[in-house]
Amino acid sequence: MACIYVVPIHAVSQFWREPLEAGIQKAFGIESRFAGNWPIDLPRAYDKTRNQYNSSDILLQLISAPLTGAGKILGVAEVDLFIPILTFVFGEAQLDGIGSVVSSHRLENKFYGLPDDRALLVDRLIKESIHELGHTFGLLHCMTPACVLNSSTYMEDIDQKSAEFCSGCLHDLRPRLQDFQSGKGIR
Amino acid sequence: MKPSDIGILIVDDEASVRDALGKWFKFDGYRVETAEDANTALQKLQNSAWDIVLLDIKMPGIDGIELQRRIKQIDKNIITIMITAFASVDTSIQALKEGAFDYIIKPVDPDDMSHLIRNAVEQRRLLSENMQMRCQIEEISFSDDIVGESPGLEKVMEKVATVAPTDSTVMIRGESGTGKELIARSIHINSNRRYFPIITINCGAYTEGLLESELFGHEKGAFTGALYRRRGKLEMADKGTIFLDEIGNIGIKMQMDLLRVIETKQFTRLGGDRVVNVDFRVVCATNKDLESAVRDGSFREDLYYRLNVFSIVLPSLRERKTDIPILARYFVKKYAQSMNKNVTNLTPETLDLLARYEWPGNVRELRNVIERAMVGVRGSIIELKDMSFPFTPAAAVASGDDVSLEDVEKSHIQKILERTGGNIAQAASLLKISRLTLYNKIEKYQLKKM
Ligand SMILES: [Zn+2]
Ligand SMILES: [Zn+2]
Repeated sequence: MACIYVVPIHAVSQFWREPLEAGIQKAFGIESRFAGNWPIDLPRAYDKTRNQYNSSDILLQLISAPLTGAGKILGVAEVDLFIPILTFVFGEAQLDGIGSVVSSHRLENKFYGLPDDRALLVDRLIKESIHELGHTFGLLHCMTPACVLNSSTYMEDIDQKSAEFCSGCLHDLRPRLQDFQSGKGIR
Repeated sequence: MKPSDIGILIVDDEASVRDALGKWFKFDGYRVETAEDANTALQKLQNSAWDIVLLDIKMPGIDGIELQRRIKQIDKNIITIMITAFASVDTSIQALKEGAFDYIIKPVDPDDMSHLIRNAVEQRRLLSENMQMRCQIEEISFSDDIVGESPGLEKVMEKVATVAPTDSTVMIRGESGTGKELIARSIHINSNRRYFPIITINCGAYTEGLLESELFGHEKGAFTGALYRRRGKLEMADKGTIFLDEIGNIGIKMQMDLLRVIETKQFTRLGGDRVVNVDFRVVCATNKDLESAVRDGSFREDLYYRLNVFSIVLPSLRERKTDIPILARYFVKKYAQSMNKNVTNLTPETLDLLARYEWPGNVRELRNVIERAMVGVRGSIIELKDMSFPFTPAAAVASGDDVSLEDVEKSHIQKILERTGGNIAQAASLLKISRLTLYNKIEKYQLKKM
């Protein structure tokens, strides 16, 4: 059966695991499977001059590992991610593809000099995960402010939106989910 | 203009830049193509129409500056944005002189990037529409939650309709729970700014220092622990509306800062010196007597006049009692839907009871009362017995049932929270207990803070 693999990237703390899986289930109606020992060479993605990790490289590694069944993959990292042209990204995904990756790094209050708030961190991680997975189902950014597919370039943007798809995005998502669950969306 | 109506061409000899940028714009829904050199770019410019061209300054062969000249010969209204490494900023300035819209230095902050593109699209739209046809407002629409037919409410709606399309600053007055934020939203969605966000900040919820950082944001390293830049609410409200709730609660220094930013539409982030320009409309709200605060010097007079340009006073629920049954039925319908319950109405006795109550917490209190009744109700009509708070505690005690002290305490605290709209500080002072004690009791009784 088609499912979503949640891949922790290296020894990350996993306090978010259950709420994230519940969040994915709620958003897509698809069960997720926790895949603890996915082989990811994190040092390979490291950029010394930027002291950050190349998210596109991690994404490539995620999708090149052999799949044990049809599915989407969501990598969850703790390190600071970037793509060459931008100073950082919260995550990255293949549009209408298999792989996606998010990082909790810039979702943490402490990096902004604010008091730690684990609940808020999990909230943000769920939203960004659903957002990136939404891209793998072919959805583009959405102008509706509360929609989870609204593009967030700052942590505060994430707090402004919800973890849900707006009706327009849901409308686009539904047939794709059906294809996915019936196995048609697998490539 | 939808993003898919906008064509963006990216010209860069570095594949990683082309791929990353191309992907980024595709996710926003723009039509995107890339070219690895000037000749390919010119070919693409001839073959189809482009609105925005991003071009690398340093390229082998024809460089970015020269390519821009040729683009401007083809169509001087095409927006050009230069991509540069830090070292060639001087050349970028040359490009600006020759008509570039802006330049980005690699690597660019995603937020700056998205603002830049939005501004470029706006500029392109203005150029191609020749500044005519700014979106017209066909009809006024109100938030679903603004319900009622009383003359008091009608008057408010008329005022909203009058002021919304202007860019005027609005002050909304009214007791807590009367729906000031809903009115602010109605003003925003009926204004020319409706395609941009309305950002709410509850000025009463922060200490002075935190409020400053919330509003203005801070640069990386502005204070211990601030490893990254953080954008303030004013920046988030760019081209939209900022809703300053509980404006009467801000301190004197903040009043001064706010006055300055409202007057100049400019500010700097904490710990930085770069001037940030913003374009926002101010809507504010208060339940305080600002006039007396001005008289006793705790609120700046100049700021007061800046904010109180157009004022809308919301009636309390007591002053619009005829709306109580309409609102009650509206909330029943709303919760029936969300709770998936087949409840359709309230009995006349229940409505009568609701009409006789004073509603210190206004519409919000009424909504909460109905919500609670909806949770417990079994039949399809809400009866007197389904109403718990605020009507039963006394009745329950009087009936001699075995009500514990804890039950009484719980319902009393809930009532006070209801009344203060969840304001912990206010509730604690009414209850004459510390905030910490109140928090503990809320936790203990699993009370809803609102
Ligand atoms: Zn996205
Ligand atoms: Zn959407």
